[in-house]
Amino acid sequence: MDEKAKIGLDHFHFHYGDVMALKDINLQIQPRQIFAVLGPARSGKTTLLKSMNRLTDLIFGTNHTGHIYIDDREIYDSQISLPDLRRRVGMVFDLPTPLPLSIFENVAYGPRLKGFTQRRRLEEVVEKALRSAVLWEEVKDRLSSSALRLSGGQQQRLCIARVLALEPEVIMLDEPCSGLDPISTASVERSLIELKEKYTVILVPHNIQQASRVADRVGFFMGGEVVEEGPADQIFTRPKDKRTEDYISGKFG
Amino acid sequence: MSKEKIFEKGFFLVAFSSISILALIAFFIFEEGVPLIWKVGARSFLLGERWFPSQGSFGIFPMIVGSFWVTVGALIVGVPLGVACAVFLCELTPPSVSIVLRPTIQLLAAIPSVIYGFWGLIVLVPLIRNALGGPGLSVLAGSLVLGIMILPTIISISEDSLRALPRTFKEGALSLGATHWQTIWRVLLPASRSGIVASVILGMGRAIGETMAMIMILGNAVQMPGSILDSTRTLTTNIGIEMGYATGDHRQALFATGVVLFFITMGLNTLALFISGRRRT
Amino acid sequence: MISRHTSQRVAKGLIWAAAFSTLAVMIWILLQVLIEGLPLLSLNFFLDAPRQMGRTGGIFSTIVGTLALTAVAIVIATPLGVGTAVYLREYTREGRVSRVIRFGTDCLAGVPSIIFGLFGFVFFVILLRMGWSILSGGLTLATMILPTIICTAEEAIMAIPYSYREVSFALGGTRWQTVARVILPNAIPGIFTGVLLGVGRSVGETAAIILTAGSSLLMPTSLFSPTRTMSVHFYILAREGISMEKAYATGAALILLILAINTLANWLLWRYVRKVGG
Repeated sequence: MDEKAKIGLDHFHFHYGDVMALKDINLQIQPRQIFAVLGPARSGKTTLLKSMNRLTDLIFGTNHTGHIYIDDREIYDSQISLPDLRRRVGMVFDLPTPLPLSIFENVAYGPRLKGFTQRRRLEEVVEKALRSAVLWEEVKDRLSSSALRLSGGQQQRLCIARVLALEPEVIMLDEPCSGLDPISTASVERSLIELKEKYTVILVPHNIQQASRVADRVGFFMGGEVVEEGPADQIFTRPKDKRTEDYISGKFG
Repeated sequence: MSKEKIFEKGFFLVAFSSISILALIAFFIFEEGVPLIWKVGARSFLLGERWFPSQGSFGIFPMIVGSFWVTVGALIVGVPLGVACAVFLCELTPPSVSIVLRPTIQLLAAIPSVIYGFWGLIVLVPLIRNALGGPGLSVLAGSLVLGIMILPTIISISEDSLRALPRTFKEGALSLGATHWQTIWRVLLPASRSGIVASVILGMGRAIGETMAMIMILGNAVQMPGSILDSTRTLTTNIGIEMGYATGDHRQALFATGVVLFFITMGLNTLALFISGRRRT
Repeated sequence: MISRHTSQRVAKGLIWAAAFSTLAVMIWILLQVLIEGLPLLSLNFFLDAPRQMGRTGGIFSTIVGTLALTAVAIVIATPLGVGTAVYLREYTREGRVSRVIRFGTDCLAGVPSIIFGLFGFVFFVILLRMGWSILSGGLTLATMILPTIICTAEEAIMAIPYSYREVSFALGGTRWQTVARVILPNAIPGIFTGVLLGVGRSVGETAAIILTAGSSLLMPTSLFSPTRTMSVHFYILAREGISMEKAYATGAALILLILAINTLANWLLWRYVRKVGG
């Protein structure tokens, strides 16, 4: 399967003011795979994700050098429409963040922003997204109730549905299972496996075990740099770099 | 994209409304008042002791003195009481009580000045007249009422200051064996000095700017008050009383009084902001 | 030497006395008017027109005047105030521009009401030829309550969790869409509180209104009619000695109105906006 890379990072550096967060990142991320971003805390994983849909633009005083390409187009080009980019590259955050609206309105939020107004159309989109996020059966009878009443696991799947409603090309998930019980975690992981059939998935896993369960390729990060990158089974069984090996075997983390 | 730009520009313009209004106010007050100050001469306006508009005498010194004494009196009444109440709310009551008391103070702060003035007129003025002599409509009455009116300002800002102190100040002092009161007096109050001073300055600004209550109880004699039992006028009551019928130079002189007031209150306000380094509500 | 504990007792005693006497005087001031005035309140009093300069009759035209002036003030000041708060919080970060705006707002908050009256007189009544009218008075009031609305609106906007904004942007929202769909709807309780506080201030204002809306007791017929508000009426009745009885009644009505407005505002603040901190 020698497909062209969906996302390419080329000598990408990123700074918050004077503080360097990402250093010389070179990565190719393939479509229809789960790419896991592994590493200890404060190694730049969230910054990496947020650079790819330019959510980092919301913070003042940031700057970057290098390039990020999606489908061979530089995303930091000034012609790029940010709302469009963020619809194509959706993100699910580590804490479930339902908006203070009904379940239906949460999922419909993105499409409404895009310009969908017809009720029929929205209902179709919402149902489809909730099914893909494996949440439809649980909430189909109470779509107009507040999203804040859902359990943590349900809220997180709602956040996934919210992103799916926009039919993105890339889905990024930043520790989506933190704070979830094992059953909810398992259901989220199951949806990830289904999602990769259609989308490019970038995942910051909660722990190494999760990565080993679902990832196709893994990139190991430390201190804002890519230490090593390769197919999942290679990284987990025959890591090339000692630091990777130490992390995998639990010497630190 | 251009719709976004329109909204952004729109909000930007609206955001300048407050400073534009301030500029307009300054402009028009000055435009009406400054020519008269020029005409009469700043010295004779500010220091002149004769205010006889019908004869063209526009000296506002008696009003400046009146404002001064009434304000000083208000601070003498209001600051100790206000700081004491702030200490009370912060240190001597449990949170369950202060949660009820604080909005109550805000409530009392919202009572219109005419009500305070009315109470002063009906209760205080006869009291003073009977107990201490004089017309009752006096600097004393004005100071007392004004002192009460500025209490909410002093209390709420001083209390905020006290509450903002790190817990370690209090805990440290107590653990060194100080009594509660010693902690308050020697550690907490000095530490919140800048906030308290800011509250006093703001209270002063409020006092100097008060009009209606003062019209009702100061007696409005254009004279330099010789004692606290004398009637007098302030800069504000001078404007408030005569604006209804003033014309020509007389009216301009009232605007000129406004110019002086504007400077004083802006100065105090800026000073308070500077000292406390924070916004007032 | 007085022991530390004795001086503590004395000091605390004094403070208790201060607090108690402050509260007592405040309540005295209110009761003074309420005790005499409440019994005089009746539906007739509210609905009758004032007669003989207020010596007899009711206060209906002043109630209408109060409502009209307040309405004009709110309608003008709320969009300006909310817009300023939105700009400060959503469209710009702390820097020179925001400092200038905040300085202007803080200074405006410190201008004495008589100065607003002078300004309103020369600008609205004379220059813009609106005359002594509801419009002149309402616009002047709007400038007076603007800082309050800006402040409470800002507080309401700040209370909205950052994550809501981030989510909205992440789902492809533009800044305006985020403001319109996430920020403003969630800030409404806080904004409403600020509006209520502005209403309370408008109802109690006197000096600026006399100079801009006049003091006519006739029922206002249009925005350009002069009018008298309840607080102005109260002031004139008391000071000119027209009728102490009517003064007490008007004063009681005024106090009740303001207490009701401010209690509601405080309750809303407590319930929806501020995190209650001991």
